[in-house]
Amino acid sequence: MTLYIFLTLAIVSVITALLMVFSRNPVHSVLFLILTFFAIAGQYVLLNAQFLAVVHIIVYAGAIMVLFLFVLMMLNLNSETEPQKSTMWKIMAAIAAGSLLLTLTGALRGSVQLATPVQSNPRVGLVENLGKVLFTDFVVPFEIAGILFLAAMVGAVLVGKKDLKL
Amino acid sequence: MEELRTIPIEYYLYLSTVLFCIGVLGVLMRRNAIVVLMCVELMLNAVNLLLAAFSTYLSDAQGQIMVFFIMVVAAAEAAVGLGILVMIYRNTKSTDISLLDKLRN
Repeated sequence: MTLYIFLTLAIVSVITALLMVFSRNPVHSVLFLILTFFAIAGQYVLLNAQFLAVVHIIVYAGAIMVLFLFVLMMLNLNSETEPQKSTMWKIMAAIAAGSLLLTLTGALRGSVQLATPVQSNPRVGLVENLGKVLFTDFVVPFEIAGILFLAAMVGAVLVGKKDLKL
Repeated sequence: MEELRTIPIEYYLYLSTVLFCIGVLGVLMRRNAIVVLMCVELMLNAVNLLLAAFSTYLSDAQGQIMVFFIMVVAAAEAAVGLGILVMIYRNTKSTDISLLDKLRN
């Protein structure tokens, strides 16, 4: 049963990702990418990482993709204004990505032998456990992430200003 | 949880690899800078999925914390990147990345 759910989510995520790359209209690309993100959130639920699943939907589908969609709508981009690469270049890109896929799968095949874990803890992905780890072992990176967000916010506002005079 | 072990970790490896390569394909194939940024997000997500899978299979929370930090960086990157893109659009009236080759000569 779990395997079937996994396979369904995997197929949905791969197909929507391919549609995202190949659709001419960038707005359709954004919508397909949101579907991909929902499939990946389903994988997180399947992995018993509920906190990640919720944060993934809130941050990616809720915030980042809305930002992308907002910019696309504001710049009024659609399939007529969409620049296209030449067929030659597309074939070269497909060959390059295909070779990367072949190399990676060839390198990964049989490389991971993961036996049953030493101690199995099903509560590892819950908020309680993750919060404890985040605020004990990872407190300094957490604070640095806060500073990064402040810098990103100031930077985005400054970059977006119309006529910047320093 | 015990039922989860019916899925071999290799499946997650292959799924993440395929998603990552689709992201690379999109970066190489598209000329719209916004779609290129979206493909970078897809690549980050493929790595996130693999980190979460290993974290669960090894019962180690550090992998999931790492996913959390990658999400933080991705959000900051999207905000600044889209700000820069809007600025580029204002100057060139296009989001075509092949126009941005001024450093070439």
